[in-house]
Amino acid sequence: MSLVVPRSVRRPLPRWVEIGVLPLVNVALAFLVVGIIARIIGVDSFHALKLLLVGAFGSSESIGYTLYYATNFIFTGLAVAVAFHAGLFNIGGEGQAYIGGLGCGLAVLALDRYLPGPLLILLAILAAAAFGAAWAAVPAWMQAWRGSHIVITTIMFNFVASALMVYLMVNVLIAPGSMTPQSRGFADSASLPSMQAVLKSIGIAVAPSALNLAFVLALLSSVAVWIFLWRTSWGYALRTMGHNAEAAIYAGTSIRRMTMLAMCLSGALAGGVAVNELLGVHHRIVLDFPAGYGFAGIAVALMGRSHPLGIVLAALLFGALQQGGAELSFEIPAMTREMVVVIQGLVILFCGALAHLPRPWLQALFGRRG
Amino acid sequence: MQSLTAAAAAIELRGIDKSFGAVHAVRGVSLAIPRGSITGIVGENGAGKSTLMSILYGLYRADAGQILIDDRPVDMASPRDAIAHGIGMVHQHFMLVDTFTVLENLMLGAEGGPLLAGGFAAARAELARLGREYGLSVDPDARVADLSVGEQQRVEILKVLFRGARMLILDEPSAVLTPQETDRLFEILKSLRARGVTVVLITHKLREIMAVADRVIVMRQGAVVAERLTVETSTGELAELMVGRKIRLDLDKAPAERGQTMLAARGLSLVDRRGVRLLDGIDLELRAGEIVGIAGVSGNGQTELLQVLSGIRPPTAGQVEVCGRVIDPARPIDPAEMRALGLAHVPEDRLRQGLVAAFEASETSILGYQDQPPYCRNHLLDAPAVGRHCADLMQRFDVRPQTPGLRSSHFSGGNQQKLILAREMSRIPKVLLVGQPTRGVDIGAIEFIHRELVKSRDAGCAILVVSVELEEILSLADRILVMSGGRIIGEVAADQADERALGRMMADA
Repeated sequence: MSLVVPRSVRRPLPRWVEIGVLPLVNVALAFLVVGIIARIIGVDSFHALKLLLVGAFGSSESIGYTLYYATNFIFTGLAVAVAFHAGLFNIGGEGQAYIGGLGCGLAVLALDRYLPGPLLILLAILAAAAFGAAWAAVPAWMQAWRGSHIVITTIMFNFVASALMVYLMVNVLIAPGSMTPQSRGFADSASLPSMQAVLKSIGIAVAPSALNLAFVLALLSSVAVWIFLWRTSWGYALRTMGHNAEAAIYAGTSIRRMTMLAMCLSGALAGGVAVNELLGVHHRIVLDFPAGYGFAGIAVALMGRSHPLGIVLAALLFGALQQGGAELSFEIPAMTREMVVVIQGLVILFCGALAHLPRPWLQALFGRRG
Repeated sequence: MQSLTAAAAAIELRGIDKSFGAVHAVRGVSLAIPRGSITGIVGENGAGKSTLMSILYGLYRADAGQILIDDRPVDMASPRDAIAHGIGMVHQHFMLVDTFTVLENLMLGAEGGPLLAGGFAAARAELARLGREYGLSVDPDARVADLSVGEQQRVEILKVLFRGARMLILDEPSAVLTPQETDRLFEILKSLRARGVTVVLITHKLREIMAVADRVIVMRQGAVVAERLTVETSTGELAELMVGRKIRLDLDKAPAERGQTMLAARGLSLVDRRGVRLLDGIDLELRAGEIVGIAGVSGNGQTELLQVLSGIRPPTAGQVEVCGRVIDPARPIDPAEMRALGLAHVPEDRLRQGLVAAFEASETSILGYQDQPPYCRNHLLDAPAVGRHCADLMQRFDVRPQTPGLRSSHFSGGNQQKLILAREMSRIPKVLLVGQPTRGVDIGAIEFIHRELVKSRDAGCAILVVSVELEEILSLADRILVMSGGRIIGEVAADQADERALGRMMADA
């Protein structure tokens, strides 16, 4: 006979409170603490908040940059979420995005003289996804067949990716005659159209920004991830494995194959960062373009409750913090870049680690008996 | 043996009562355990032995009743209190840190200060003393992971004695031991008794009780039904007392009309990575239109048999033939292919295998069939069809509440089981494997589940039922196979089955 451990009964919250209200309260708490810190270093909190908001949403240019940053966060957030639904913690989004960039760049560098733009871009996107997936497949294989823990291997693969890219950029792919370690520029046909150009063609005038069609690709990916997870038998099996591996085995799912599938999808989504950065903005392979988006994706997925809609909203918040924060430190020297990082850190702290802090209060307000 | 004559009770329980929800696990138990004796507590699964001992050890609180230690009433609010009163418990599953040495494990929770050096020296000396006194020799610097199972159990006993226990409770101590290790354990228990330690042994192996205990207490359905001195009883009498005279669940069922063989196992064996033989040359045959029951004390290979027959684990020798397909070590199969052949499986462990607690009931209602029409076409799930399917299952099997959108974990055990049965039976399988069909299920649902199984049999399904409830096997099965030690040790036709003889086979083989 087994011992029956009493389980504390947790009253469930209505779904809209869980997804909509809880994160807002978390963000509000984070900003409360930010306000207190701002006051301590002698900055008018409300003025700073206003600058932050105006910096992020005040003009079509600032909105453009906010959405451009959000694009990266959506891709890496989705990447983390897909793995997470399979019960896998993919910390390697950074490296997968980086290697995805290698694939993307190599495709363009090899073919941009021969192929027309749309076909070239499509191939480059596929190459980014394939390389990202391949970089995730190795740790997945090591976990599925050899039992190496995926958290450890994906972290290590970030460093391997970084070292590999430095080597390739400095020794192999560097543009002839150049002093900076970056590849030759892509042909113009390989550029993802900027949002400004697209909107202009349908008669909407906005200021130029880094925002490009990769944002649309990110939104489409969000929908695709939702359909995959909740409306396909593969997604069903993947979530079953994440919740209860024994039940997945009972149902006839191969844990190894499903681990591979989840991680490859995750890596492919991380490769989306390369599409936004290289095809959309830099138009060449550059060093360090993932710039921490891979790691931030963990926070985005946590905050978005691993749901694509939540991830898009969380990515918007992170994009706004990135863009508004830059404006803020420009306007108020006391709010340095480091302070902006502190703000981001506090948001992650309250939305991730302390995500359930306000739960009892909300339960008192909205709770219902389960 | 002089300690037996000292009539003073080390432990006395008076009117202990405990319910879990609707289950009345312990019913007004009063008993006394004399100091310096070995007392066995026997009973079937669910007789309340473990619950009673958990109350004594402070893991549960009794709803009513009193515990007296050395004739003084005590309050057992937690294991801490039990330890303070000199009671130690050795669990069936060891609570050791594998990567620590014996000495480190011994000191865990009794380090004797923030700096370990002093504690280590004291512990080493104490360990040497315990080893000399009780003949419990274990290398103090060996890593626990490197020890045999028998030695690990010795460490558990040492841990308890190290904390000053004078009363020792062992829960199914021989379940994990080889016969030689079991003999060694009994010598240790006897030497403990000689030093005045009181030992309580929970088991369902009657022969062991006869070999080592002075006295035996028989429990049935939460109550003490008999107390005997072992010299004055026999395994036969104990088996009879354990099983009792039970009224069979009244199940209207016609004699089986046996059709063709749907599942046949020949020489089926399973050896795990450590070389333990879990299944040993199983031969069995399952025909359309019959229910075969597998009886046995849990942990004798039934779980592994279901795993192999359902395709979850490949056998290491022998073969299974299911609906014409042969499965052997060279030609393994996975559970999905098994389902495609027409085999359905209601797993023993509902929560760990049969459903996903976090999923909605409708999602659980297609587990294992998620890529089958009509719920799924071209790998795209049809959510409304899944919902309709679940609502239909819920209606046919009276699953309450009839809310396909409710989380699976929010249903009661009986309703979860009905949902799983409904899922597996709705595909009209040719072969149905059912593990513990009514474990933790209330009486009303038990009747319903039994009736459905018989209905399915009458429709021509070949059904294999594994259950630790003898009563259930007797009322459901047309033929009964008894399993012990990974082997099938006997077959009885259900209408000739004698509960006592079965009980004796199960307990003693």
